[in-house]
Amino acid sequence: MRTCLSDAVAPSVWKASRRVLERCGVQVRVPRSQTCCSQPAWTAGQPDQARAVARHTIEVFAGPEEVVVPSGSCAGMVVHAYPEMFQGHPEEEAALDLARRTIELTQFLQKHDLDPGPSRAGAVTMHDSCHMLRVMHESASPRAALDRAGCEVREMPGTDRCCGFGGVFSITFPELSARLGEEKARAAMESGAPEVVSCDLGCLMHVAGVAHRRGIPLRARHIAEVLDG
Amino acid sequence: MSTRRRKASGGVAYPDARGTLRERTVQALADGTLRGNLETAAASWGESRDAMRRDHGLDAMRDRARDIRRRNIRELPALLSEMQAKVREAGGTVVRAQDGAEAARYVTGLARARGVTVVAKSKSMATEEIKLNESLTDAGIEVVETDLGEWILQLAGERPSHIIAPAVHLNRGQVATLFREEAGTDDVPDDREGLVAHARVRLREKFAQAGMGVSGVNLGVASTGTVCIVENEGNARLVTSQPRIHVAVMGMERVVADWDEAAHILQVLPMAAIGQDAANYVNLITGPRREGEADGPEEFHLVIVDGGRGALRGTEFEEALSCIRCGACLYSCPMWKSVGGQAYGSPYSGPIGAVITPLLEGPASPTSRDLPFMSSLCGACGEACPVGIPLQDLLVRARARASSPATRRSAIVFRAWSRLWRRPTTYRAWMAGWRLMLRARGKGGWVTRLPGPGAGWTQVRDMPSRWPPRP
Repeated sequence: MRTCLSDAVAPSVWKASRRVLERCGVQVRVPRSQTCCSQPAWTAGQPDQARAVARHTIEVFAGPEEVVVPSGSCAGMVVHAYPEMFQGHPEEEAALDLARRTIELTQFLQKHDLDPGPSRAGAVTMHDSCHMLRVMHESASPRAALDRAGCEVREMPGTDRCCGFGGVFSITFPELSARLGEEKARAAMESGAPEVVSCDLGCLMHVAGVAHRRGIPLRARHIAEVLDG
Repeated sequence: MSTRRRKASGGVAYPDARGTLRERTVQALADGTLRGNLETAAASWGESRDAMRRDHGLDAMRDRARDIRRRNIRELPALLSEMQAKVREAGGTVVRAQDGAEAARYVTGLARARGVTVVAKSKSMATEEIKLNESLTDAGIEVVETDLGEWILQLAGERPSHIIAPAVHLNRGQVATLFREEAGTDDVPDDREGLVAHARVRLREKFAQAGMGVSGVNLGVASTGTVCIVENEGNARLVTSQPRIHVAVMGMERVVADWDEAAHILQVLPMAAIGQDAANYVNLITGPRREGEADGPEEFHLVIVDGGRGALRGTEFEEALSCIRCGACLYSCPMWKSVGGQAYGSPYSGPIGAVITPLLEGPASPTSRDLPFMSSLCGACGEACPVGIPLQDLLVRARARASSPATRRSAIVFRAWSRLWRRPTTYRAWMAGWRLMLRARGKGGWVTRLPGPGAGWTQVRDMPSRWPPRP
């Protein structure tokens, strides 16, 4: 799954994810007809519109394969919210099936003990995105993947703290969102690592965007780009 | 799933909260002292609470606490009937109030009928919800808050910012200033012990005058008709025993079946609330003073408030009723820690407040309909909740239920969005156009102004037009 944020601002992220997987010998199919997991509408309180888009996603990803997502948030949406979204709907079984097959990129690497090879990144600091941490219940896999790639992870203070992105929240409460983003950017700088990585592009776009506006010289990359070499 | 809906009943939120919710967050963010005070309090709570997880197995107690509370809510009508019968057996009076106004009317009427001129109160969010202080004051009755935090707020003319620690947004220096103003002298110490000692002396004077004590209820135990009030200061003990009349105000969902259940919840509550393995005082009150007993009130009244709660049973929001009001979700919430509870404009702030206030008020209530949207859905609340309420899921459901000009705009936007994004061709065309727009507007890898809904993004941050972004 490419994710809509990657399509919108950073196609390099899904392309890097594909390369990482292929280097590990995984046969990767990126369905051209895919769109979005529907999270924006779901969290905006528009479940019917979300369901219409999610239905398409369920169709596109039908089949026996595992569905690898370079985002803890989109993966979490499918794994955690689809069962509720389709409860009592005709697609319920298909939704549960997709939820069972969906996994985040670094979780997939760990699960199958895959090694995409060394990265040139050196030291990084890791932002645990909330949905990776508290929906996917995962903080070890991305660190293990970075460690395996030879990256040193320098932890920032409060790595489990929300960066304030929150999807639609970032535009409905921009001031509050930006305050948390600035705190996250400063915490990342405090780690001493030259760049911040995360499993979620949304957090990174937000934190990097706030940092740029406030003149904080923060570098940010998605974990797939770091693992890509 | 049937959703029984009722009209807003008088309202839970404060009708006089100024400005929009977003305006209040901006105002709170500008207050550096507030932010520091909240951060200090939340950090200290976090340390103590983590000690409970480490040394007392708080996490392992959650499953049972959740099961107990879910069962309580399922069996609520029967538990309330039993509670009511047992309280009456013990010589107390039970009143069931449909809404806050009815509850406040009863208590005020009772005070008047008994010629009460001073009411002493211990900390209670239920009385805050039913706006009891306003009702009593309007009737010419003096109300004295005897909880230290509540008394501080009464002096400051402010509203509680936290369910358990109402004055947590104020620091020691600010409290000392308030005490000096109240006492009319500079002769008030500003160390912690000195301030507490000063408050103790001032408040004891008031206890002697009070003809009625009003308390909240942490838990009602149906099997014996006992109300449990936990506290750390001892003031609730005085409030419930010293005055001639004791009125306990209880939200209808705060009842457990028996002492086995109560013992578990009474352990979990202080651990989650303040990181303490037991409350300093656990007051267990069953009816008024009986013959031969040395102390206790002559009259005991239990006011059970529905206030919109009953209608939530059997809906997708039922889990919210299992809340034991510990405040852990507030301390763990990045939004609450940034702006404090007062910005929410409701006695119940933080994630649980953002869920239940609009539920109790109705989906279109202008004072509370925006609350569920003030969350990044980070899930820290659900993780902190000792009775396992999936608060982030309830926030999403509460958003779907909200009705306001903003939600109507959002419905239009997402209808268009869904039409574009459920078809690969229109999706790809939109994405290609979007990337072109970013590149056309981008300077040095960044877009500083976006049109339409994107303006909310670029108002406070830039949008990268190339990835990875350049610092």
